Amino acid sequence: MIGNIIGTWIAATLTIAILSFLYRDNPLYKLAEHLYVGVSAGFWVIYTWSFDVKPMLIDRFIQATGVEKWVLVIPAILGIIMLSRWIPKYGWISRIPISFTVGIGAGLGITASIQGFILPQIQATLLPLTTINNIIIVIGFITTIFYFYFSREHKGFLKVGSRVGIIFIMVAFGASFGYTVMARISLLIGRVYFLLHDWLHILR
Amino acid sequence: MSWLTKIGTIDRRIIYGLVLLAVAIPLLFKMILPIRVSEPVMMCFNAIDRLPQNSVVMISIDYDAASEPELQPMLVAVLRHCFAKDLKVILLGHWALGLPLGEIALNQVAREYKKVYGEDYVNLGYRPGYVAQMVGLGREIRDFFAVDYKGIPIDSFPFMRSVHNYNDIDILFGLEAGATGDAWVQYAGARFNQKMFFGATGVVAPDYFPYLQAKQIEGIIAGLQGAAEYETLVKQAGSAILGMPAQSVVHGLILLFIIIGNIGYLLTRKKK
Repeated sequence: MIGNIIGTWIAATLTIAILSFLYRDNPLYKLAEHLYVGVSAGFWVIYTWSFDVKPMLIDRFIQATGVEKWVLVIPAILGIIMLSRWIPKYGWISRIPISFTVGIGAGLGITASIQGFILPQIQATLLPLTTINNIIIVIGFITTIFYFYFSREHKGFLKVGSRVGIIFIMVAFGASFGYTVMARISLLIGRVYFLLHDWLHILR
Repeated sequence: MSWLTKIGTIDRRIIYGLVLLAVAIPLLFKMILPIRVSEPVMMCFNAIDRLPQNSVVMISIDYDAASEPELQPMLVAVLRHCFAKDLKVILLGHWALGLPLGEIALNQVAREYKKVYGEDYVNLGYRPGYVAQMVGLGREIRDFFAVDYKGIPIDSFPFMRSVHNYNDIDILFGLEAGATGDAWVQYAGARFNQKMFFGATGVVAPDYFPYLQAKQIEGIIAGLQGAAEYETLVKQAGSAILGMPAQSVVHGLILLFIIIGNIGYLLTRKKK
């Protein structure tokens, strides 16, 4: 119980400290900012040790037997090599684990993008032009592609298409920005709700 | 200096103050506005509602405290729906900092519905490497989650004994504040035909709507408005319904600022 009260007071003080920046930069804001950076750095050190290095490398190395045990040496070496970036003379060695990571990422990402994004999205765009919504989707799709077609100068039909395309792009940006505004206001609502409800107990 | 020029040079701290008041006053007076349920949220509700008793729902916490005001009410509302329907809930997360939020909501709603840990719900916690996990869950959940977040073997929980991979998970609910939802669709959805729906922050929701249009997800709960709609559907008002009037007042205020600012700009430009 006392832990909750102390936690709430700390959270409320830090919320006010961060929001105080809206008035002007001040020592209280700086304190909260530095505290956040320090706590985050500390957290990620603990996190990397507790969730990655210890359970996935050290504990498994102790528990595993035979080939499975010694296979773990490979990622361990790759991980250590990654640290060579700190020594400029030997920094180039870090490209080996980076290329390994990029290779895996690209392999997984390319197949997933094609299978899970590009093909289903194209399929969902091949629509019969029987409803207004379908017509808008098809026109928006084609004209947006026109806009991003840079191999020929945008003249004539291509110019008209790309102009229509940019309207669709702007509408998409507007919708996205509108949602972003809503999200940011939601965060403010969340903080004000916390201050009024959890800290000051004005809201019941 | 005319009033139009003054509007253009107004101290932004006055605007901040007005926005703060526009948020605080509706909250203090507990204003409530009618909530109209949109189709994407209704689709999410129906996806849960038509599941038979004891179906398994997997909930993925892919957010942290920075998205709590929008996503936490969704989580609470969906959990209430799940427990009211006697569904089994498996909670896991890909954002380490968000797991405590998931645990808070899970324990709170489980208490409300007198649900028992291990019999009605489990919390598997967090493991690093979400892409490998999403692919691996298609084979065997124990490869990644042999134990729950407390270190208890999952086979000691009765309902988990029959859960091995996506075939045993009836629906997945991802609470998304970033791009983890894309990975759910592209790995769990495309490769294993896992049914899923998302609760998304306002910032990322527009990125997920194409998945809904392509029928790759069952529905989407977008932003605080979506959370309020789901709270309306489960007939239990929470912080989202309470927050929406403040949201509407601030939106009105922003529109007013935009209109006044533009009128001021156009008139001063005309003078020049």
